[in-house]
Amino acid sequence: MSRTILDIKDFSMVFGGLRAVDHANMHIDEGEIVALIGPNGAGKTTLFNCVTGVYTPSEGDISVVSPLGKSVRTNGLKPNRITELGLARTFQNIRLFSSMTALENVMIGRHPKLHAGIFGAIFRDSKTRREEEAVIEDSLNILKKLGLEKYANDSASSLPYGAQRLLEIARAMATEPQLLLLDEPAAGMNPQETRELDDTIKRIRDDEGITILLIEHDMSLVMSLSERIYVLDYGKMIASGTPEEVKSNPAVIKAYLGE
Amino acid sequence: MNPDVKYFLQLVLSGLTKGSIYALIALGYTMVYGIIKLINFAHGEIYMIGAFTALIIGGVLQITTELSPLVILGISLVAAVFYSAAYGVTLEKIAYKPLRNAPRLTALISAIGMSLILQNFVLLAQTSDFLPFRSMIPDFSFLIPGKSLLTTTQLVIMVTTFVVMLFLTLLIKFTRMGKAMRATAQDKVMAQLVGIDINRVITFTFVIGSATAAIGGVLIANHTGQINFYIGFLAGIKAFVAAVLGGIGSIPGAVLGSFVLGMTESLGAGYISSAYDNAFAFLILILILIFKPSGLLGRNEVEKV
Repeated sequence: MSRTILDIKDFSMVFGGLRAVDHANMHIDEGEIVALIGPNGAGKTTLFNCVTGVYTPSEGDISVVSPLGKSVRTNGLKPNRITELGLARTFQNIRLFSSMTALENVMIGRHPKLHAGIFGAIFRDSKTRREEEAVIEDSLNILKKLGLEKYANDSASSLPYGAQRLLEIARAMATEPQLLLLDEPAAGMNPQETRELDDTIKRIRDDEGITILLIEHDMSLVMSLSERIYVLDYGKMIASGTPEEVKSNPAVIKAYLGE
Repeated sequence: MNPDVKYFLQLVLSGLTKGSIYALIALGYTMVYGIIKLINFAHGEIYMIGAFTALIIGGVLQITTELSPLVILGISLVAAVFYSAAYGVTLEKIAYKPLRNAPRLTALISAIGMSLILQNFVLLAQTSDFLPFRSMIPDFSFLIPGKSLLTTTQLVIMVTTFVVMLFLTLLIKFTRMGKAMRATAQDKVMAQLVGIDINRVITFTFVIGSATAAIGGVLIANHTGQINFYIGFLAGIKAFVAAVLGGIGSIPGAVLGSFVLGMTESLGAGYISSAYDNAFAFLILILILIFKPSGLLGRNEVEKV
C-alpha cells in the first residue's frame, strides 16, 4: 500500500452558527487523483482553505506526511509553512499576480527555495547569476509542460482565460508540491480546453509524480480523471469510493437531484 | 550672471533639495501603503527620531573625539538608520500587526496615536526647544565658486537621494525579497500560498522605509541646522502629500510627487510669497484630489469582486 499524504480526521469548520464542514474524514494516498464533489455551498472550498492554511480548522486534525514519512499536524500553521510541506493550490476565481509576466508568476513559486539577497542582486556574483538562470530555466520548463511558453513574457492579466487557469497550475507546480489541490480547474473552459486539461492533469500525475486533489463540477472530467471520489453535501461527507460506486450511490443522487 | 537667472536657478536647486528630502520620507509612506494598505502617520516621527539620533551620536563624537566631520557623519548616519529601523519595526509589531485584519480605519487611528506618543516621548525625553545641529558636512573646495548657487549640503542631499532611489529600484526589481514584496502587495493570501513568509516581508518593508526616513532626517538636520520634536509632523504631512500626488503605492510616483511638491513650494515662495509655501503644498493636494484622485502615476483602482 502506498503512503498516505494527506489525512483529515474528524474535521469541522464553524463560522458563527454555520457548520460549513461537519466531522469530515478523508485521506489521500501518494500518486492518486482524487476528486471532491458536491452541490454549491457544500463546503468544498472551505475544506481546501483549511487544508492550505487560509483558515484555521475549528475541530479535528489535518496532517500532511512528508516524503520521508514524517507526519505533521497542520492545524493553525501559516500557509507558507504548509506550502513548504509540499501542498500547493489553485483558486476557483483566478488569483494570479496580474501585473507580473507569466514567467515571473512561475518564478515566484520558487521563492522559498532561493537564497540570493540584495548584495547578490547588485553585484551579480556568479552564484546569484547561476541561481537566477536556473530559476528561469526551471520556470520556462514548467511553462512548456503546460503549453504556455509562448506567453512567457506577456503580462499575466493579458492571457486568454484558459491560459490563465493553466498558469495558476504552473505557479503551483513551481513550489514542487507532492500534492496539488485544484479548485474547479475547468470552470469557464470550453469543451476542447476541458479535454486538454484532462490530459494535462494526467500528465502532471504520471510524469511529475504529483498527487492530485480536485474540486470540479464538470462530471465528465471528474469521472474520466479520478480514481476515487469524495462527496460533500451540507458540510457532511455523504459518500466516497470509485466513480462507479459514487455514481450509483442513492445518497449522492438524492443530494444532486433531490428526492 | 544675470541676477534674475541666478535667482531662478537658486529656487530650482532649493526645490530639488526639498524634493529630495520629501522623496526620502515619501518612499516609506508609499512602500508601507503598497504592502499593507495603511497610511503610516507615525512615519514622520521615525524621520524625526533619525535626526535626533544623529544629533546625539554626532554631538558626543564631535566633543569627545578628533574624528573628521565626514567620519562622524557616516557613524551618526548608520546609527540613525539602525535606531530608526528598530523603531519602525517595533511600531509595526505593537500597533499595526494586531490590527492587520481589522477595518482600515482602526489601524489608521492606531497610526495617529503612535505618532502622538512618539512626539511626546521625544518632547519629554529631550526638550521642546529647537536644538542647534552642527553641520557635519564640510564644504568641498571644488564647489566654492558656485557656493552662492548650491551648497555642499544640498549637493550631498541630492546625491544621497539618487543613490537610495537606485538601490531601492534594484532591490524591488531584481531581488528575491523585492519580488516577494511585489507579490505580497498584490495578494497576501496567494503570496503565502507560494511559500512567502509575509510577516518577514512586512518587517523588511518597515526596515527599509524607516531607514530611508532616517537618512532624510539626518540630512535635513545638517541642512537647516536645528531640530525639535515637532519637525516630523510637518515633514510627514508634506511627504504624505507628495506620495498621494504621485499616486500612493507607486514608488516612482512618490519620487515624482516629491519633486513636483518641492519645486512648487520653492518657486511659489520665491515668486509669490514665502509666507504661503505650506499653502502651495496643500493647494496642489486639493487640486490633485479633485482632478486625478489616483495621483500622477497611480493606477485607477478597479474594485475586485
